[in-house]
Amino acid sequence: MNMVLVIIGMAIVTYIPRVLPLTFLEGKELPPFLQGVLKNIPYAVLGALIFPGILFIQPDDIWFGIAGAAAAFVLAFLGADVMIVVLGSIVFLSVYMLMGS
Amino acid sequence: MQMAAVSEQKSGFRAGLKAGVSIAVGYLPVALTFGLLAKTTGLSLFEAVLMSLVVFAGAAQYISLSLIAAGAGAAVIIFNTFIVNIRHFLMSASLNEKMEPESRAKKSLYAFGLTDETFTVIATREGKTSTGFAFGVMLIAYGSWVVNTGIGHVIGASLPEFLQQAMAIALYAMFVGLLVPSLKKEMKVAYLAGIAALLNSAFTMSGLLDTGWAIAVSTLISAMAVEAVTVLRKGTELE
Repeated sequence: MNMVLVIIGMAIVTYIPRVLPLTFLEGKELPPFLQGVLKNIPYAVLGALIFPGILFIQPDDIWFGIAGAAAAFVLAFLGADVMIVVLGSIVFLSVYMLMGS
Repeated sequence: MQMAAVSEQKSGFRAGLKAGVSIAVGYLPVALTFGLLAKTTGLSLFEAVLMSLVVFAGAAQYISLSLIAAGAGAAVIIFNTFIVNIRHFLMSASLNEKMEPESRAKKSLYAFGLTDETFTVIATREGKTSTGFAFGVMLIAYGSWVVNTGIGHVIGASLPEFLQQAMAIALYAMFVGLLVPSLKKEMKVAYLAGIAALLNSAFTMSGLLDTGWAIAVSTLISAMAVEAVTVLRKGTELE
């Protein structure tokens, strides 16, 4: 098996779904309902990207994921900038592990 | 006029770079580990970095390694890559509504940089997004992905165990940080994210759908259901 050819094949099939809608739909006015659905997608996909994945960042210890999720949500609800939410959650979990060990 | 347009474009790109830093941080442990796993799977440094350079899709790249290790053929690997990335159809269509009008040439260039992470950072901003901003976000994310793949392969190790574990929260925390400000402003956002989260949990934990499909299907159902309710409500208000 030629690995470089496999990688190029992977690159092509990954690019197709990325490029087709962005270029084919350029300048086209979609029906209002469809526009509404497409505008909803970023927030719906965030829900699906967060759950259940965040709970299983350490597959054998769900409490680790719950602790990390709690830290991220608390920081975000307090109004912290995205970068602070990210760094704060990392620091919180580091401390959580040091306390636990 | 010309000058104003140019400087606006620049600030768009710089603002994009800045907004992409959290992705770059989140990609660090994931890409380092990918480089390391690629090495143990038998890929050369060139092959590992080439894959990150031309594919730039974390989940698909990880899956390809396990398929290669299992001795799968080229067709199976490529087909699986396509399936895992089908959700990008939805994101690309959604991004098209969000972006300023632009030539198809430039759009087909930045389309390459669309990932779960770059999409959510770009699409959760208010108003239309400039092409420059999209390039900024994608460039810093891409740089982190490619460079850290190489470093992971060369040093043959990832971060210290405890940091690696703590940093696994990074991309999820970023998604939370992107979602919550909109969620505080609009109840609709809570429904959209909540329904998709419940559906995705049900699909993946029951084993009904693989991760790639589960994210796409739950996102689409939630986005359509909430839109239908919104339209119906508006209809009754008018009567």
